[in-house]
Amino acid sequence: MSQPTAALTPGFAHPVHDAQRTFRAVLEAMARPLTPQPLGVPLTPPAPLTAEAGVVVLTLCDEQTPLWLDEALRGSTEVTTWIRFHTGAPLVDDAAQALFCLASSPHSAPPLDTLNLGTDQEPHHSATVIIEAAEGAEGSCTAAGPGIRESLTWNGAGLPPRFLKDRQRLTEAFPRGVDLLFLTPGAVSGLPRTTRLSLIGDI
Amino acid sequence: MGGQAMTLTDQRPASEPRIVYNEGYLDEQTKRAIRRALLKGVAIPGFQVPFASREVPMPRGWGTGGVQVTASIIGPEDLLKVIDQGADDTTNAVSIRQFFERVAGSASTTHTEQATIIQTRHRIPETPLAAGQTIVYQVPIPEPLRFLEPRETETRRLHALEEYGLMYVKLYEDIARYGHIAKTYDYPVRVNGRYIMAPSPIPSFDNPKMHMSPALQLFGAGREKRIYAVPPFTSVESLGFEDHPFEPQSFERPCQICGSEGVYLDEVITDDAGGAMFVCSDTDYCARTSSGTSTEGAPQ
Repeated sequence: MSQPTAALTPGFAHPVHDAQRTFRAVLEAMARPLTPQPLGVPLTPPAPLTAEAGVVVLTLCDEQTPLWLDEALRGSTEVTTWIRFHTGAPLVDDAAQALFCLASSPHSAPPLDTLNLGTDQEPHHSATVIIEAAEGAEGSCTAAGPGIRESLTWNGAGLPPRFLKDRQRLTEAFPRGVDLLFLTPGAVSGLPRTTRLSLIGDI
Repeated sequence: MGGQAMTLTDQRPASEPRIVYNEGYLDEQTKRAIRRALLKGVAIPGFQVPFASREVPMPRGWGTGGVQVTASIIGPEDLLKVIDQGADDTTNAVSIRQFFERVAGSASTTHTEQATIIQTRHRIPETPLAAGQTIVYQVPIPEPLRFLEPRETETRRLHALEEYGLMYVKLYEDIARYGHIAKTYDYPVRVNGRYIMAPSPIPSFDNPKMHMSPALQLFGAGREKRIYAVPPFTSVESLGFEDHPFEPQSFERPCQICGSEGVYLDEVITDDAGGAMFVCSDTDYCARTSSGTSTEGAPQ
């Protein structure tokens, strides 16, 4: 199968520094849950892959990390070619086999119970889900746990109520679990498995 | 092959080094693997994440784990401080600082509150750490249960089952034998109410500083190939019993150079007749306290 090479846009212009800066933003995001961290995006990946998703994938994924893409991303040959060329990550159809899952909208995120949660002895073998966040109902959740001084309110990133409820239940499976990263224009925020969510009202 | 390499080398200007390392010393693939381990470590506070520890140009046991963690996070905007037993000026601290100046192009400092990354062997600075700072601990033995259960397969299972009876028996035996818990360094802690973690051989004096610290704490054990982490504002509880609670070390006298009280002191032998003085182990804190540039009012 020949690929349209002309459509292949470049990866990082400065692979070492761009990856380092992106990683520090992601690390801070995971360490301070639901607190957006500024993310530099020196990249123009093919649509519908956003620049934010592009920099995070280039920073974290390689041939050792099976990657699952949602339908919109998987359907674009430009996107799959770009990811394969720049990262070498094997693209998998079954989200259960993925170490990273990339969803282009909150509604296309894979159901949490289908993902790899790791085991009690090896909880680090679990999946990380990267989601393009949307506008959510302001103050629909409160969150507490490591990395949060007391508690904070969160808009739910536009995730469907069922997903949020699944995530809330998953706290009990600790140390097994799934870690989430949310992308908004120019920022990344994290939701590690340790963060306890309480949903306000009937969402 | 040798001939060809010689030709290539000879064509370079004499000032150029023969071997050019990637910036940050480690190759990008290794950094990605360590970065992924760090993210999982932060997400599972106190859990030891195995990683493929690489060789770095210093012997195992001299901070290779800390160096690999620092190499995977450091960038040109960072200001690095390295301490060895609290001192910025010991051989290990100086050479690790110079290493990163050369391979990562990062700037160095000895001022605790200015540093963005602090790599440490066996101390937490006296100046309180602030949000936005990252402290990287060099860890020799990451497994707190190792001397109680030598089999890695078993210790992993004990952590998975949260079965920490062995550790409490050990602390109890100390009390039965000595009347108090005799461990004064590497004093075991429970992180976020779940995992028991080795805080690396910091004195128990420093243990309370880990609890709800605003800084991100990362731990690297190079020889043992483990990475673990404590996110900011996370409970780090030193183990104890209701009737024999944890008691950090304390010192009755002040530092004999700067006069600070409530700081960790080193005994320095001053002559052959048994003379000694007790001075701050944190050289940055001591130097600035004695020169009058107080570190009080540093960001909490």
